[in-house]
Amino acid sequence: MTKSLGPAARPGHINPTVVEVEGGFLNAMGLPNPGVEGYLEELRELKHWGVPVVASFFASTVEEFQSGAKALCGAGADALELNLSCPNVGGEPGMCAADVISVERVTAAVKQVAKSPVFVKLSPNVTDIVGIAVAAENGGADAITAVNTLKAMVIDADFRRPVLANVTGGLSGPALKPVALRCVWEIAEAVKVPIIGCGGVSNWRDAVEYMLAGATAVEIGTGVMYEGLEVYGKVNEGIAGYLRENGFGSVKEIVGLAHRK
Amino acid sequence: MKVVRIERVVQETPDITTLYFPDVGEARPGQYLMVWLPGVDEIPMSLSTIGDPSSISVRVVGDATRALSKLSKGDRIGIRGPFGNGYTVKGRHPFLVGGGSGIASLAPLAEELAAKGAEPTFLIGARSKDQLPFKERLSKLGLRLVVSTDDGSEGFHGYASNYAGELMAKGGFDQVYICGPELMAAKIWADADRLGLPVEASLERLCKCAVGLCGSCAIGPYRVCSDGPVFDSAKLRGVAADFGKRRMDASGRMIRVDH
Repeated sequence: MTKSLGPAARPGHINPTVVEVEGGFLNAMGLPNPGVEGYLEELRELKHWGVPVVASFFASTVEEFQSGAKALCGAGADALELNLSCPNVGGEPGMCAADVISVERVTAAVKQVAKSPVFVKLSPNVTDIVGIAVAAENGGADAITAVNTLKAMVIDADFRRPVLANVTGGLSGPALKPVALRCVWEIAEAVKVPIIGCGGVSNWRDAVEYMLAGATAVEIGTGVMYEGLEVYGKVNEGIAGYLRENGFGSVKEIVGLAHRK
Repeated sequence: MKVVRIERVVQETPDITTLYFPDVGEARPGQYLMVWLPGVDEIPMSLSTIGDPSSISVRVVGDATRALSKLSKGDRIGIRGPFGNGYTVKGRHPFLVGGGSGIASLAPLAEELAAKGAEPTFLIGARSKDQLPFKERLSKLGLRLVVSTDDGSEGFHGYASNYAGELMAKGGFDQVYICGPELMAAKIWADADRLGLPVEASLERLCKCAVGLCGSCAIGPYRVCSDGPVFDSAKLRGVAADFGKRRMDASGRMIRVDH
């Protein structure tokens, strides 16, 4: 999974871009990235080594979304993830995940040109995430990723001002998990496409909980901070152990299991 | 995030200032703090003194370092950390090479090595003699202190990397530590490795989160903020395509290392 790529290179926000809070982190990186074009060489190199790549990307117009999708698929991206939900770039590309019509339109436009499956990553900073998820499904999304970070802030009492240079940032880590889990649960009741759960996964138990809520896969970001890069292997091993101990033959058998009446 | 008050300011050279503040807790030589100046920036700074008081030594290279170097006693800074792995204290006859402000992170290492009974040789290099920090502090340690200046105003006339090469070729060292401009460090590392000397070098990349998440400081398979900043010989071999050659700018594009 790449960091989000945009139509042009962006340096991101100045520091502080990250601040730790109880149960997680706030970040306001500001979508630093070399631009889709600037990343293609690295993408081709990854594909040369046989690495599966999900290219996360964003844009501000339908045309840019389409040209980004074409370029990334052309360079071998195995899937695309539309980041419609970065909370840290006010007034710029980003928060179209709050609007049902835009989500459906952008998703459909990307699907029209994309040769690889398209995931749509949603924001929890909306009144009704289920309506947005349905819009993504109607637009042809192959999967829904739920969720991006929760908009938040930290103020320092000594300096008497916000810590993040961007004032607000996105909350990730364990504190986000119950919110994100609820989002996955609600989306699972409303759509048929697979859901990728994310928000506060740092061990196999977190991952299993997301699967029970309806997620087919999980993404891990902040968990790296707590567990190191080994977190990915450990979570996979832990899920396998859970399946074995509880008599499940496949991970498919636990997806959405908590919804049974 | 913790806010500390500056207790003392020492002008080391015309462009290097040391800020002393109360102990930041357990730390090893080579570790760094993220130092926050509200409204300006938050930047990584190696600890130049460990214990109580602790210190950072700031060389003016941009807006944040300029603002930090203008602080006075009683001013406050925000700090996170200490972060990073730090140096491993080893060797009977270690050779330390510090270039300019790179001398700052090696100074507490030299003190720890001397306290452990090692006999370090410390080469400090700068453009000219008025840009050499910590000479007095280091000369008190009873180690062998040697100097190089690019303009020949003190000690060896020429680059620290050339002088380091000469000294290493003479033999007698069993460990090499390097901190300074990357082209200098890469050359010394190459010479030391050719001679079979184990090396630890402190690397610098754009460090934003300091906790291994954001990827802005990635080099080869490593993150300088959390897998480093100190790289041993094995890790340095793993970043041979980058060290002294290329680095990422803020947007993640590869650019050439030019100093």
